[in-house]
Amino acid sequence: MTQLALVIDLNVCVGCHACVTSCKEWNTSGEAGPLVDLRPYDADPTGTFFNRVQTFEVGEYPNTETVHFPKSCLHCEEPPCVPVCPTGASYKREEDGIVLVDYDKCIGCKYCSWACPYGVREVDAQRRVMTKCTLCVDRIYDQALPEWDRKPACVRACPTNARLFGDVHDPDSEVSTAIRENGGYQLMPEWGTKPANHYLPRHKTRITVREDELERTDNPLRIDSKLPKPDRDEPSLDDVTSW
Amino acid sequence: MHPAFSVIFLTTLIGAGQGLFIALFLTESLGLLGMAPTQNGNFLALGTLASLILLGLGLIASFFHLGRPERAWRTATKWRTSWLSREVIVLPAFMGVVFLYGLAHWLNFNPTLLTLPGDRAVLVTVALGMAGTLLAVALFVSTAMIYAAVKFLQEWHSPLTVVNYTVLGAASGFTLATAYAAWSGAQLVHVLASTAIALTLLGLVTRIASLIRNARIKPKSTLQTAIGVKHPRIVQKSQGFMGGSFNTREFFHHKSEGFVRAVKWIFLIAAFAIPTILLAVSLLMTVDPTSVLIAAALIQYLGLVAERWFFFAQANHPQNLYYQSVA
Repeated sequence: MTQLALVIDLNVCVGCHACVTSCKEWNTSGEAGPLVDLRPYDADPTGTFFNRVQTFEVGEYPNTETVHFPKSCLHCEEPPCVPVCPTGASYKREEDGIVLVDYDKCIGCKYCSWACPYGVREVDAQRRVMTKCTLCVDRIYDQALPEWDRKPACVRACPTNARLFGDVHDPDSEVSTAIRENGGYQLMPEWGTKPANHYLPRHKTRITVREDELERTDNPLRIDSKLPKPDRDEPSLDDVTSW
Repeated sequence: MHPAFSVIFLTTLIGAGQGLFIALFLTESLGLLGMAPTQNGNFLALGTLASLILLGLGLIASFFHLGRPERAWRTATKWRTSWLSREVIVLPAFMGVVFLYGLAHWLNFNPTLLTLPGDRAVLVTVALGMAGTLLAVALFVSTAMIYAAVKFLQEWHSPLTVVNYTVLGAASGFTLATAYAAWSGAQLVHVLASTAIALTLLGLVTRIASLIRNARIKPKSTLQTAIGVKHPRIVQKSQGFMGGSFNTREFFHHKSEGFVRAVKWIFLIAAFAIPTILLAVSLLMTVDPTSVLIAAALIQYLGLVAERWFFFAQANHPQNLYYQSVA
């Protein structure tokens, strides 16, 4: 069974919000109807978004780390928002595991949003129905697009390639490999919702350089030490200086 | 959670309507069993009409909670998995039985439906009353399970939610029935007032039990599990937007802690203390207790509105972990 999902690399995300604006642009222009912005230029603007980038500070100054954290529907494998829906408008697709809302069946009772611990469902104030990330279902299967372009708008927009898209049930897919090899994890595992989207943790890249790696131990010019041996912080040159 | 008045009025009004119906059927049953004076059909019919009006008002209030009320009929489809769907089915079914029960009493249409072994006759109104009582209980359970079934709201995810919805609804219905009996001059004030006191005090015990339980809740989710970073100190610096959103409106009451605490004391006094005192006073009164009992029913209802407001306000949704800082 296919389970499409996103894998978001927190080590790479720079918090530029390109995925947010790209998501909004694609999903407000689609045939499902606009994602409304109310009072966009007034004191109290509000709007519907499927994707947000949040920023957290980890640690105590000065030893802090800024974590930019994109958040959208995680397309859970056990979606708690689906069984509570009284009309069946909220559903999970058998064929690819995408959790969707049928906007023509939704009555806007908001019950599914109560049953989502991640807060990724938003009632559209104008359409008066529940809306959420569709994993760009109207894009990823679009035969009119070239194959390399059949990816969610957020994935295509990311300038640092922090967002990967694919089938997490296929062990050889790019996303499964990334989860397996880079310690991918799920959000709030304590609720048993089994989110399909995974996050890759932050890590520090360090290179250990040993003393002997700085010198060419096999440099033949060094043996008789006839050439000058400048200090470590001065420029050196192969075949001219002795190390 | 944000307390929506549509849902507050829905749950309190139908709770009182259900309790009132159970109280009316109880008086009829006691009359038939010879344990209380028999009531005439008009008393029960008019009381049933009052119950039906409360249920109808609750139903109307519920529509204000929906974004698309014109599609409300669709809610009956997913009763296999959704308690909300079950409530939507049970409420009209209950209202239908209540209507037939009142109609049978109003028309004095009460033939024997069937005869049980031992020559015990089952009257039409008794059959309807029993069906109605069963549906009233089913409705209490369905309404409460809408909240109790959401495991993410730990304050609600407890059998006490079901107990409180049932007992508080029944208590307000019985207080109302007591006032109605006094107003119509039925000789039932004593039995109904004592039951109302018992239910109100039971409600006080179960509600305080849930207050104690909720005060000790340890949230299952933390910022650490929310973003998956294992560090004891994490602070949100930006929720990703400066304006409002559904997430900042729907899941928080936007009132001060002092306000919420005040509402707690108001409902403890108005829904439990004052009605108990007024009901007890009515038992001792030698003059007509109608006005005292009407005051008791009204104050208890308003107290339960406050109780329901607090019920919503107290529930803390884990999604709020993601919406703590505007920058």
